[in-house]
Amino acid sequence: MNEKTGLPGYKGEALEALKRINAEIGDLIRITKDGTRFEGILIPRSEYGDDKHVVLKLKNGYNVGIRITPSTRIEKIGEGAKPAFSPPPPPEKRGDLPKVVVISTGGTIASRVDYRTGAVRPALTANDLYSVVPELAEIAQIEAKILFSLFSENITPKHWRQIAEETASHIREGVEGVVIAHGTDTMGYTAAALSFALQNLPVPVVLVGSQRSADRPSSDAATNLIGAVKAAAYAPFAQVAVAMHADFSDKTILLHKGTKVRKCHTSRRDTFKSVNAKPLAKLDLETGAITMLTREFKERDPKRELVLKPKFEEKVALVKFYPGMNPAVLDWYVDSGFKGIVLEGTGLGHVGNYCFEALKRAVREGVIVAMTSQCIWGRVNMNVYNQGRDLLALGVIPLEDMLPETALVKLMWVLGQTGEVEEAKSLLTTNFADEFSPRTLPEKIGE
Amino acid sequence: MPVDYSRLGLKVGLEIHQQLDTSTKLFCNCEPALFKEEPEITFLRRLRPTQSELGQIDPAAFFEFQKGVKILYEADTNTACLVEMDEEPPHPLNMEAVETTLTVALMINATPVDEIHVMRKTVIDGSNTTGFQRTCLIALGGEITVNGKKIPIEHVSLEEDAARKTGQEDKTVRYRIDRLGIPLIEIATAPVIYSPKEAKQVALAIGRILRATRKVRRGIGTIRQDLNISISEGALIEIKGVQELELLPLVVEYEVQRQLRLLEIQKELKKRGLDEKGLSEEFVDVTAVFQQTRCKVISRALSRNMRVLAVRLPKFAGLLKRELAPNLRLGTEMADHARFWGRVGGIFHTDELPAYGITSEEVENLRKAVKAEEEDAVVFVADTMENGEDALKAVVERARQALKGVPEETRAARPDGTTRYMRPRPGAARMYPETDIPPIKITREYVEALLKRLPELPEQKLRRLMKEYRLNEKLARQVLDSEYFELFEEIAEKTKASPTMIAAFLTETLKALKREGVPTENLSNDKLIEIFCMVGNGELAKEALEEVATWLSKNKDATVKEAIEKLGLKMLTQEELEKIIDTVVSENAELIKQRGSRAFAPLMGMIMRQVRGKAKAETVSQILKRKLEKP
Repeated sequence: MNEKTGLPGYKGEALEALKRINAEIGDLIRITKDGTRFEGILIPRSEYGDDKHVVLKLKNGYNVGIRITPSTRIEKIGEGAKPAFSPPPPPEKRGDLPKVVVISTGGTIASRVDYRTGAVRPALTANDLYSVVPELAEIAQIEAKILFSLFSENITPKHWRQIAEETASHIREGVEGVVIAHGTDTMGYTAAALSFALQNLPVPVVLVGSQRSADRPSSDAATNLIGAVKAAAYAPFAQVAVAMHADFSDKTILLHKGTKVRKCHTSRRDTFKSVNAKPLAKLDLETGAITMLTREFKERDPKRELVLKPKFEEKVALVKFYPGMNPAVLDWYVDSGFKGIVLEGTGLGHVGNYCFEALKRAVREGVIVAMTSQCIWGRVNMNVYNQGRDLLALGVIPLEDMLPETALVKLMWVLGQTGEVEEAKSLLTTNFADEFSPRTLPEKIGE
Repeated sequence: MPVDYSRLGLKVGLEIHQQLDTSTKLFCNCEPALFKEEPEITFLRRLRPTQSELGQIDPAAFFEFQKGVKILYEADTNTACLVEMDEEPPHPLNMEAVETTLTVALMINATPVDEIHVMRKTVIDGSNTTGFQRTCLIALGGEITVNGKKIPIEHVSLEEDAARKTGQEDKTVRYRIDRLGIPLIEIATAPVIYSPKEAKQVALAIGRILRATRKVRRGIGTIRQDLNISISEGALIEIKGVQELELLPLVVEYEVQRQLRLLEIQKELKKRGLDEKGLSEEFVDVTAVFQQTRCKVISRALSRNMRVLAVRLPKFAGLLKRELAPNLRLGTEMADHARFWGRVGGIFHTDELPAYGITSEEVENLRKAVKAEEEDAVVFVADTMENGEDALKAVVERARQALKGVPEETRAARPDGTTRYMRPRPGAARMYPETDIPPIKITREYVEALLKRLPELPEQKLRRLMKEYRLNEKLARQVLDSEYFELFEEIAEKTKASPTMIAAFLTETLKALKREGVPTENLSNDKLIEIFCMVGNGELAKEALEEVATWLSKNKDATVKEAIEKLGLKMLTQEELEKIIDTVVSENAELIKQRGSRAFAPLMGMIMRQVRGKAKAETVSQILKRKLEKP
C-alpha cells in the first residue's frame, strides 16, 4: 500500500507515471495508446497486481487495466469528486425495546460499497448499522462498539480475554443481550472460550458472522445479524451461542451452543453445525419466532450474577495424530514448557504405539494429556481396544464427546484457573458449559 | 402511408448477447445445459439492495425488497453447483470463453484491453443468486460495415448468463439456475441505426461474425438482442430479449408506433384539459358494489376476504382502450404497471365494461361510488388492501406519465414483436470489482497469435459455400444468413443428401412451415441430421421431408423412427414395390395394349399416387419401364 501518495496498490513504473501527473484515486485520467484513448476514473490497484498497469473505471462502469509503456500518454483531465454519503436519518430509538450491545471484532457484518472506486467500507457505528440493516431499529435499541478489526485467524486467547471482559462490562450495565460480530474461521473457538470465561450468565451472548461478504445483495450478514440481535434481545436462554444460517435458504437461523459448534464447510452459509448435540434454538426469519430445540438450557434471568473468569493459558497444544507421526513433536512441546496437550486421535481415541514413550514422558513431567477424536462426530471410548487401555494407563484423559477445538480451549482455560495438575484434571472433566453431553443421539452426519 | 423514420429522428442501438459454446460455464465447471425435470434442490433467498457511497439505490429493487419479495431458486446437480447457488466463490474465469470473445473482438478490429477486470453489475431482481451479474470488458471500439455504412462498435464484453424465471406466486418469484453462468458475449453498437430494416441487417452481420468463430451455441434462446430505441419527441426505451432476428424490424416499428400513439394520447388529454393536479391517489373501497357480482374473478377474491378498490382517472374515458400496438392498449400498460408494483393478477377498467360478468348496473354504481363523470374512466382491482393500493398507485403514476408523453422504461419483447412493461429503467450502471477473481493479463504475444488464426470472415465463407457445395449465390447467401450455417455444413458433411436440397430445406421449407405456425423450433439438430441421413441413404424419399419435419415439430418428444412409422412413410421394399406395380400394370392391361410405351406416363402417375413418399420416383420408373418392355 502506498497510502501517502493517495495511490494504494500502485508501485514501480505505474506509480511513477501517476506521480508525474499528480494523480490521485478518483481523478479523471486519460490514457492514449496506439491510437486508442481510454478515459476514466483512477481506481486503486490490488496489492498483488504488477507494477505495469493502471486501472481505470470507464464511463460505462467497467474497470480495465492499461499497460503503461514508453509510448503511452497519460494525462489528468479532472479532479475526482469525493464520495459524499449522506446516510438516511437514523430511525428514532424506541425506548420500549430491549437494549442490545453489538461488539465488533472484525469481519464486516455490514458494509457499503463505493461504486466510484469499488471500495467496501464497513458500517461502524450504530447509525451505520441501522442504515444498512434498518430492520434492527424495530428489534432493539442498539449500542455499537468496535473492539478490534481482525480477521478471525488473527484472533488469539489474548483477544478472547478482551472480548470476555468487554462483554461482562456491558452485561453488568444491564443490557438484555450481547451480540459479537466475528469472522467465521475461528468463531467456534471464541464461542467455546466465552462459554467458559462467562459463567453464570444472566442473558444470552450471541456470536455472529457471515459466509458471503456484506457488500453483496445476497449476503447472509444482514439476516444472521437480525437473527443474532433478536436472540440476544428475546431468546429465553442465557448461554453463549452462535447464530448462523440453518441451510441454503434465508429462512431459518440456528442458534448453536458455544461449546458444541464447529465450522464444517469452507464456504456454505450453513457451515456451522452442532456436533454431538442439538442446536439450542431456531429462529424463523419470517415470523421472528424463536423455538427452543432442547429442554436442557439455562434460562434467562437478569438477576443472576455473572462470574467472569477470562484467563487462558496459551501453552496448550492441539496435536492431530496421523500414521507415521514423529513423536519428537510431542517432545518439543514438553521441552518448550507446554502445560497441556490435547490429542486428536483416531477412531475411539487412539494413537500409534510409537508415540507411547513420548506421551509417558509428557505425563511424567506434569503435562496434562487429553484425548479427543479426529472423527469429529461421536464419543471416545478407550476401553474397547488394548491400545486405548494402554493410553489410559499412561495417564491420558479421555474427553468423551467433546470437540477437539473445544477441548483445546477448555484446557487453556482450566490451566488459566489453576496450576495444580490434579485440580486441573478434575476441572477438565467437570461439565461447565455443556461441553460434555451425557447421551449420544442418532443425529445426521453429512449427506 | 409509410413512416418516415428519419423525420421522426429514430435512433436504434443494438446489444447482441450470444451464448458461447464452451465445455464448462464461465466461473465453474458445470455443464452449460438446461434441465426440464422437477428440480432436485430448491432454496429461498432475499436480495438486499446494498448501499452505495453515492447514496444511489435502485428504486424498483428497493421497493421489491421492502415488499418482502422472495426468490425461490430451482436447481439440479447436473447443471449447477455451489457456485451458481452463491454458496462458493467463483472459480477463475473460463479462458476458453475469453479466447472466443477476443477472437470476435479482433475480427471487428476492436482493441483488446491489456488487463481484464471482472466486475459485479448489481441486479437484484433475483435473476442472479449473488445479486449481481459478473461481467468484464474485453475490448473497446471496432466497427463493422453493413451495406457500405460503417457501424461503430462501442464495446465487446464477456458476462455470465442469468437464471431463467419460471414463475411467480404473489411475493415469491421462481428462478431456475441452470442457465446461470453460461458464458455470453455482448456486442454493443453505437445508436446509429436509423430504420427498422437496418436493425435487422446489422444484427445479421454481427450474427454472421459470431457464428464464423464456430464457438457459439445454437438454437432458440442462445442469442438475445436488446435494443435501445428513441424518437425525437419520445423517450429512450430499452427493449430486452428479442430472441429472433426476423422480429427486429417489427419490434422497432411497433415501438415507434407505440411512442407516436402515446404522444397522441398526451395531446388528447391536454385538449380535454387535464393537468397533473387533476390526478390524485384517492382510492375508494367499492366492495359493496360487487357483493352479488357474477364476475368470477371478483367473487373469488371476495370469498377470500379481499376488497375491491377503485380509482377515478379524470378525462381518461375512451383512452384506456386506445390501441398502442397490436394487443396493447393504454389499459394494458396500466395493468402491467399494476402487476409489477402491486403484485395483482390484473386490473378492470370502465373502457372495457360491461364484460367479464360485470353488469352495466354494477358499472353505474361503481361510477357513482367514485363520483366519476362521463369523461372519466375508473380503474379497479380485487385483491388485498396492500396489493390493491400499490396497484392503483402504479396506475395513477402511469396516468401521470401519459400526460407527459412517453415514460423511459425497460420493456420485454414478446414473440409477436410487441413489448410489455418490465420495470423502470435502472440508473447508471452500478458496477464494482469482483474481488474474488484476480485481473487477467492479455499479452501482446497472445493477441498476435490469435490474429494469425482468425476464422474465415463471412464473405470468404460465401465464396466457399458456392465452390465447395456448388450452391448458387442465392442459396449460399440464404445459408450464410440463416441460423443454420453450421448445421448445413454438418449435414452436408455427414450425409449423402444433396447440398442444394439441404440448403433449400433449411432456409426455405423450414421458414415456410414456421410461417404456417408449425413449431419448427422443436426440431433438434440431431433429428434433422438423422432425417437427411435417411434421405441420403435412400431410406426416406425427399418428397417426404416436409411431412416428417412437420410431424416432428408437433411431436416434440417423438423419434424420427416413430415419425416415419406414424406417417406410414417407411420406404417400400423392392418386393412390395414390384407387387404394387404389377397390380397396376395388370389392372391396366387394356391401356397398355392400346398405347404401348406411351402408357408409361399415365401409369407412372397412378403408381406414384400410391407410393409417394415411400419410394423414389427413379426406382419406380426403372421398374415400370422394365415391366412394360418385358411382357
